[in-house]
Amino acid sequence: MNDRDSMKPGDLLLPVKSFCRLSGQIIAPLSFEIHAFSVKFAYSLTRSAYMEQNINFEDIFESKLAKNDFIEPKDWMPDNYRKHLIRQISQHAHSEIVGMLPEGNWITRAPSLRSKIVLLAKVQDEGGHGLYLYTAAETLGVSRDELLDALHTGKAKYSSIFNYPTLTWADVGAIGWLVDGAAIMNQVMLQRSSYGPYSRAMVRICKEESFHQRQGYEIMTHLAFGTPEQKQMAQDALNRWWYPTMMMFGPPDKDSPNSENAIKWRIKRETNDQLRQRFVNQTVPQAEYLGLTVPDEKLTWNEAKQGYDFSEPDWVEFKNVINGNGPCNKQRLKARNDAHKNGAWVREAAAAYAKKKGESTAVAA
Amino acid sequence: MSNALFQYTLRLGDSSLILAQRLSEWTGHGPFLEEDLALTNIALDTLGTAKSFLEYAAQVEGKGRTDDDLAFFRNEREFFNPLITEQPNGDYAKTMVRQVIMDVYHLYLYKELAKSKDTTLSGIAQKAIKEVTYHVRHSASWLERFGNGTDESHQRAQDALNELWQYTQELFETPGSEKELLAQGVAVNLQDIQAKWETHVDELIRKANLKKPENVFMQRGSLDGIHTEHLGYLLAEMQHLPRMHPTAKW
Ligand SMILES: [Fe+2]
Ligand SMILES: [Fe+2]
Repeated sequence: MNDRDSMKPGDLLLPVKSFCRLSGQIIAPLSFEIHAFSVKFAYSLTRSAYMEQNINFEDIFESKLAKNDFIEPKDWMPDNYRKHLIRQISQHAHSEIVGMLPEGNWITRAPSLRSKIVLLAKVQDEGGHGLYLYTAAETLGVSRDELLDALHTGKAKYSSIFNYPTLTWADVGAIGWLVDGAAIMNQVMLQRSSYGPYSRAMVRICKEESFHQRQGYEIMTHLAFGTPEQKQMAQDALNRWWYPTMMMFGPPDKDSPNSENAIKWRIKRETNDQLRQRFVNQTVPQAEYLGLTVPDEKLTWNEAKQGYDFSEPDWVEFKNVINGNGPCNKQRLKARNDAHKNGAWVREAAAAYAKKKGESTAVAA
Repeated sequence: MSNALFQYTLRLGDSSLILAQRLSEWTGHGPFLEEDLALTNIALDTLGTAKSFLEYAAQVEGKGRTDDDLAFFRNEREFFNPLITEQPNGDYAKTMVRQVIMDVYHLYLYKELAKSKDTTLSGIAQKAIKEVTYHVRHSASWLERFGNGTDESHQRAQDALNELWQYTQELFETPGSEKELLAQGVAVNLQDIQAKWETHVDELIRKANLKKPENVFMQRGSLDGIHTEHLGYLLAEMQHLPRMHPTAKW
């Protein structure tokens, strides 16, 4: 834990205040409370205030990074940083929402009342994660409408993993164990990302993801120690989800165009390959405990590096899945589009009613 | 323990179970994200209540069956949920009208059941009242929005009312087997509830500027385990996995 993790909401204004002291002036609008809806306004205001005073805001940004301070919505930030964040946070939000579908596929077929309750709550959590993340993205000056539009038209990307089908109940276990497990690796790192709202969203999300992983592993345990058919189901799920999960950390470092900046800006803190290695190291003993075989003949413990040597996933397949050719890309996108289209009259009715009532709070699109 | 109490508790459990199963079909497909989360919450509450009733039913029966056995290993003719709970979701108006009808019903049912001489039933009801009070607020506010929103939403809500009204009378039927439980102060007098339900639902329909369906021929059958064709498919989907692996634990 670094000391920023213990900051309270009121502390968020600190970096701004210290900047104001630097400039020798108090810039009143900067003490606005951070709020998703005022951000666009605050952003432009801040920027012009900085400009007038002819301050080298790039230095201030860099010094905040160097000091491990958060970058907050109203702080000046380089355009590329903003763009990178919007892309990363919205992709992350889309992944949560699309991720509701493969597991949602088993809600009506969960094999016990308890497992149905757990799964419903899990899929609901993922929707909640999507909501936090869309809100975090909105602090960067984009609207949820714009982001959803990019998802629905296929312009925006989301995690490739959710384009694989959930064929048996064991897939629900494998997703919790492996996919949520991999997500945690990424997200624990992102709790310390330099952008305040993203970091704080990740803190909330991470707590729930560890529940998900435990619940997934519990399903795998029941299966792996259950009837021969159940064990077979568990092995089959591991076989199908292992490599797609490895792909979740992104392409190898040597081919990862966005990684360098992301590390420099502390949006990411570990490289794709480092995370992948940690995931393998953590997961192999868990598979062994279940008596399941990781589908990789090259998998061996490497004493020198204190980690496993393992086979890379098929990066050609990865590229294809990312580019829309995975087994379920079309179904997932269609499901999201159908829900949005079928909900249009509901949103319109709510908006029309709110208008008639003179309510100020409109329903989100 | 008495067979009447088993039957009574089973019916309470079935009603919530089948309704929750339908509601859960919306998860991931709601009209917008916040509403998706809200409806999933309602599905979760309803499923939790179902589980409590079915656990108790299994205990009352005393034959070593579990709540899961009751949910997954009974056939269509052995389910006693009201017909309205098994009706397909349709559009969001139909789902919300079904919810208005069932939420208000559950509200008054549980308020009475909370006074039951059977402490397990009253305990389950007391917990459920808090949840159902929120459910009523949720579905009633949608009915009001639909009825007064756009022409399209008004029409959809009216169509849903017209379609579902035929299943409302059945909610208040009392089987002969319940007479004894009523006398013992265990079961709830559904006639009393019907009056409260009607007043409340009439008021919601009026606020929504909709028309209460009239001269509707009422469907019945669930008290005898006679259902609409929809239940068979719902159960086939819900039960297939445990039935394929009858000795498995999950
Ligand atoms: Fe998540
Ligand atoms: Fe998760």
